[in-house]
Amino acid sequence: MRPDPKGAGTVHQAWALIRKDLLLEWRGRSRFLSVVLFGVVTLLLFSFAVGPDSVALRAGAAGFLVLALLLSSTLSLAESFRLEQEQRALEGLMLLPVSGTALYYGKAIGSTLFLLLLAPILTPVGLVLYAVELEPLRLAGLMAVWLLAAAGLSAPGTLYAAMTSRLQSQDVLLPLLLFPLVVPVLMASVKAAALILSGDPMSQLTSWVALLIAFDVIYWTLCGLLFPHTIEEDL
Amino acid sequence: MTRRIHWSNWVGLAGLILLLVGSAVGLFVAPPERHMGDVQRIMYVHVPSAWVAMVCYTFALVCAIAFLLQRTERWDARMTGAIEVGVVLNALLLAQGMIWARATWGVWWDWDVRLTTSLVMLLLFAGILALRSFVEDPERRAVWSAVTTIVAFVDVPLVYFCVRWWRSLHQIQSTPDTVDPAMVVPLRLNAFAFLFLAIWMISRRADIERLIRRREHVSEPPPLAIEGGPHA
Repeated sequence: MRPDPKGAGTVHQAWALIRKDLLLEWRGRSRFLSVVLFGVVTLLLFSFAVGPDSVALRAGAAGFLVLALLLSSTLSLAESFRLEQEQRALEGLMLLPVSGTALYYGKAIGSTLFLLLLAPILTPVGLVLYAVELEPLRLAGLMAVWLLAAAGLSAPGTLYAAMTSRLQSQDVLLPLLLFPLVVPVLMASVKAAALILSGDPMSQLTSWVALLIAFDVIYWTLCGLLFPHTIEEDL
Repeated sequence: MTRRIHWSNWVGLAGLILLLVGSAVGLFVAPPERHMGDVQRIMYVHVPSAWVAMVCYTFALVCAIAFLLQRTERWDARMTGAIEVGVVLNALLLAQGMIWARATWGVWWDWDVRLTTSLVMLLLFAGILALRSFVEDPERRAVWSAVTTIVAFVDVPLVYFCVRWWRSLHQIQSTPDTVDPAMVVPLRLNAFAFLFLAIWMISRRADIERLIRRREHVSEPPPLAIEGGPHA
């Protein structure tokens, strides 16, 4: 393990990386806008696929919203590490030196925040398109599920994006590796979101949220431990 | 000069003999199941496929951890063999399950939690094989495969326990107490047959992988001349 420079522990380094990514995003904004647009187009495509059947659209609304998040996440995750590969910025970061753990958690938290920012835009679009009415309390519940789902996608997504960003076939490999892995996250978040949107008469919501939290804890711990191995040959 | 037979070939031969005996007992000696009839006999290959696929994935996990700790080529080679054999058995498991489901449930596929998690398990480990084919640097390929194997393994306990955690169309795990002794014998014989054949295939595949690594090492281009040197 490489020693941390004086006064810059892992938490400080991770925080500096999050700030750097958010600042770059704020100054450019093009990545965020293109991912938002992609998410909206995805939501539209789902409604075209189902047809103008408002009952079917309402029934599938939770699934469509979570799938839009999943598809948008592959774009944002891939883009996040593409920037680090340009002009060997990742190598520069490692030479500062930034620890692998700080780099992972900085990037993963940054990606989670990025996906979380999509929620206030994609959720109203989805609710309008699929004719779902929601009171504020249930909307807050939906946002909590969105946060847990974004965290569940970002944890393994950051690990895999770091690896595949160094390959020419990233566009193929990232979804190929990530999509099967996040099926439990996807299933749990769709079920939880559906129960929030259409009511929970059997009190099943807690168990799905618990499953989502369990996967988040497993992936955030495991991927954080494994990430330094994937970048050490760049040192 | 006599050539020594590799130990794994003897294990493979034992596996083949056990498979022939186990399958013969399962097809001709064991009684048909009361409700399903002869189609239940698919159990004698279906259940061993599931058990040994999970054993292969668990061995791949052990190899992945050992590789990250020791960084020796042999663990990577064994991990590759274990994943490949696990994927083949996993695919067989799904194919056999679909045939059995068609005869008993009336459909080829059901989005039951056991079937879904088994399919996800196949896709996860097949994805690792795809990743390996895209990475040219052997050291990087080995590290990334080990990392993805450890992450993918999270799904394996889920496949095993899902029938207990959720309501499922698929039955929960049987024990010798819940299965007729006449059915336990071919099941056990075939389980050991599959295990021995898997050990044989993993061992041979690991040898092939080591030969591939050696060839890659030999065919590496010589380093470029130093700038400013006599041959620059």
